[in-house]
Amino acid sequence: MNSRIIIVNVIRWFLLLFVQIFLLKNMGFYDLSTPFIYVLFLLLLPFGIPNIVLYLLAFGTGLTLDAFYDTMGVHATACVVLAFVRISFISISLNRDAIDDPEPSLSYMGFQWFSLYAFLCVIAHHLVLFFLETFRLTEVGYTLMRCGLSCIFTLLIILLVEFIFYRRTPR
Amino acid sequence: MRNLWIFISRYNAFFLFIIFFTVGIYLTVKNNSYQRSVTLNSTNQIVGTAYERLNVFKRYLNLGMVNDSLAAENAKLKSQLLSLTTVDTAKDVKVVDTVTNQDYTYLAAKVIKNSITLRNNVMTINKGSIDGIKSGMAVIAPQKGVVGFIRDVSEHLATIQSLLHKDTKISVTLKKNNALGSLVWGDGNFDIKKAFIKEVPNHIKMYVGDTIVTSGFASFPKGILVGRISKPNVATNDNFLSGEVNLFTDFSTLQYVYVVKYKKAEEQKALESAVKPNE
Repeated sequence: MNSRIIIVNVIRWFLLLFVQIFLLKNMGFYDLSTPFIYVLFLLLLPFGIPNIVLYLLAFGTGLTLDAFYDTMGVHATACVVLAFVRISFISISLNRDAIDDPEPSLSYMGFQWFSLYAFLCVIAHHLVLFFLETFRLTEVGYTLMRCGLSCIFTLLIILLVEFIFYRRTPR
Repeated sequence: MRNLWIFISRYNAFFLFIIFFTVGIYLTVKNNSYQRSVTLNSTNQIVGTAYERLNVFKRYLNLGMVNDSLAAENAKLKSQLLSLTTVDTAKDVKVVDTVTNQDYTYLAAKVIKNSITLRNNVMTINKGSIDGIKSGMAVIAPQKGVVGFIRDVSEHLATIQSLLHKDTKISVTLKKNNALGSLVWGDGNFDIKKAFIKEVPNHIKMYVGDTIVTSGFASFPKGILVGRISKPNVATNDNFLSGEVNLFTDFSTLQYVYVVKYKKAEEQKALESAVKPNE
């Protein structure tokens, strides 16, 4: 059970980063909307994961992305923020002792909870990402527009992927 | 201590977040040249602004000292200025009259004493025989207008018998028709803006506003503006007309004058003295 989760996550990590780096890196609508699907890996990490491991994984994933995007530290920081939002949201919305689902995916948690969860995490991630990239407040309108549009794009793809791999499980 | 550990482990998500976030930001700023430059620039700007503010206060505190030094400098400059103005560097200015082939030179001189309230007014200038000034030379005002004649000359100074003197008589003409006349201040006239043109032939019509210029027959060059007729055709009991003239020269504010040197003055004088009056 435990090793299966690890294997699934490792495969997911490679797959998502592969798609992100070799496919989505070349995509973008007028430099305004860029999807960052790799955050799905961090979203779908199992509930029982220790915080330190979660942070390390987030940081490592971000650094890997940075290596390919040539933006040292930007994605890593954004991923750390995402991890923090994830931890906070889960601890606020779910009773820690009553969690019996293995991972916070659409199949287990339902559309409403998952979409809110994904939305909050993604928007935090994108805000940090784009503001770190721009690194100034003079073009704040443009940055916010880029952030919002990218957010919509990313969320659409995440929900799409989740629906494709939807497994009807007895709740 | 134990409570602290409990506190930290309870909120470990937040503390870990702080740590990782700091590391991430550090990496971003450290490794990306653009972000680094922005950070450096903005910190420099903030530091610069802070120093600027501080400087304003410092300047205010130093104000007394600055005032003292400025006052000292002012005094020094003033003394220098005084020494500069007393050294007179004015030189002769040549005016070549190509039409009549006369050669006039002008010498700027400073009026060091002036009087306008007496019946016979005499002023003193700071140029003398050393500068080539001789008795009888014409003196004109800077912009327009005549002043008078050189009267006595010492080594460095000279006196001018100004137009405001009962003996001064300047040969003038009406500019429009070259009718001769002579300009005098007039008996019983104490207005420094006013003089009289006399000995104008009876058949000449004078009008208000007619311009009076020098005739060029005496030591004055021809065509120096003198004044305008303000009251024409004052009949006298001889065969000549008189007119009241508003002078262009303002004797009350005269600071500098030009002494006119006429090259052929001696020659003309000698030649004319050979003609006996009652030949």
